[in-house]
Amino acid sequence: MSMTVGVYRPGRTLLHRLPVGVKLIGLAIGSIAIVLVRGPLSAVIFLALAVVLALVGRLELGVVARALRGVLIAAVIVAAFQWWLFSLDRAVESLLDLISLGLLALTLTVTTAITAMLDAVVRWLTPLRRVGLDPERVALTIGLAVQSLPGTLALAVETRDAARARGLERSPRAYLTPFVIRVVARAHETGDALKARGIGDD
Amino acid sequence: MAEIRLEEAEVRVEDGDAGQRSILSPTTLTLSEQRIGVIGGNGSGKSTLARLVNGLVTPTSGRVLVDGLDVARDGAAVRRRVGFSFTDPAAQLVMPTCVEDVELSLRRREKDRVRRRQLALDTLARFGLAERADVSVHALSGGQRQLLALAGVLATEPDVLVADEPTTLLDLRNTRLIGDVLFGLPQQLVLVSHDLDLVARCDRVLVVEDGRVRFDGAADAAIADYVGSVSRPAP
Repeated sequence: MSMTVGVYRPGRTLLHRLPVGVKLIGLAIGSIAIVLVRGPLSAVIFLALAVVLALVGRLELGVVARALRGVLIAAVIVAAFQWWLFSLDRAVESLLDLISLGLLALTLTVTTAITAMLDAVVRWLTPLRRVGLDPERVALTIGLAVQSLPGTLALAVETRDAARARGLERSPRAYLTPFVIRVVARAHETGDALKARGIGDD
Repeated sequence: MAEIRLEEAEVRVEDGDAGQRSILSPTTLTLSEQRIGVIGGNGSGKSTLARLVNGLVTPTSGRVLVDGLDVARDGAAVRRRVGFSFTDPAAQLVMPTCVEDVELSLRRREKDRVRRRQLALDTLARFGLAERADVSVHALSGGQRQLLALAGVLATEPDVLVADEPTTLLDLRNTRLIGDVLFGLPQQLVLVSHDLDLVARCDRVLVVEDGRVRFDGAADAAIADYVGSVSRPAP
């Protein structure tokens, strides 16, 4: 199974060349603004800005479609509830806001190598070494958290297929129990692999 | 070659109400050959034996020394000398792209980003993966993933490579490819495998059964002993 969600794609666009810190601060400000500024018109403007950034970063349509499929499903469900509970305006706003947030995050991960993010985090946290913080370890934890998403999705799909193959597609227990066990087992294996490579030894 | 010494090394695990159970009986060995094979049935204790060499498992009693370094006391130093490759590379590949995964191994050794990337690219080229540098690790074939996992381990140039069933998940073509790579390495190799053709290329082979080394000798004799033991009806 090919999992390309959020995987860095090398390039020479403006977004690829921007320092990691600028991109992360931009994402943080953008996300806060999307959440705080209310109304469907502002949601349309934020989505337009997110689309422009994705175009500047030259994100491939296929990558965007695959990565945002899950976000889109969740956004539609949330929007339906908003429409039912509040109004159509609120529904449109939440739908567009969630898509904008997903697209901005995707643009960051596609235009920024994980190793560049790790280097930046290590740089920022180095002064905290004096109080006993290990910047490499913190950076690695963040990197693993970002990277574990595609692997976990792959495990989810495999577990769902295994449940289907046994005719248990309607049983949440037949799906969720092995899925949780496999995720924990994979975490143990990854821990062993990192230890075997000497990562985190220093 | 490095000298790997097991001195009465035993591994016990908690086994519920039964208390502790030994998964590797006290074992004393000195391994200094370049290619060492370990064969045995599932659950025989061969992976435990292999994991002792890298310090992934530490002995409950006794000692394991690599060039005089105790795996329990000097774990980090041992792991700098002994690389470990797993059966399933998916668990071992933790970064999104091939080059980033190799770079992760090099972070401790090379702090400069540009030089680190170049070292990672050079390593990938040695393993025939130069064209796949920026490809997602999830988009690789089984053989390529195992090659990348090996590249990640060998990027730091350890003295010893422990490979735990590296070809079990591979087809015939990739099994041969990985076998040729492993036996072309300058490093000392400890190879745990069910592939007897591959093990036949080792200088010395251990046969492990029920947590004990039941045979230790030349590859031909060890394989004959193992095949003979599984051919006999169980008592």
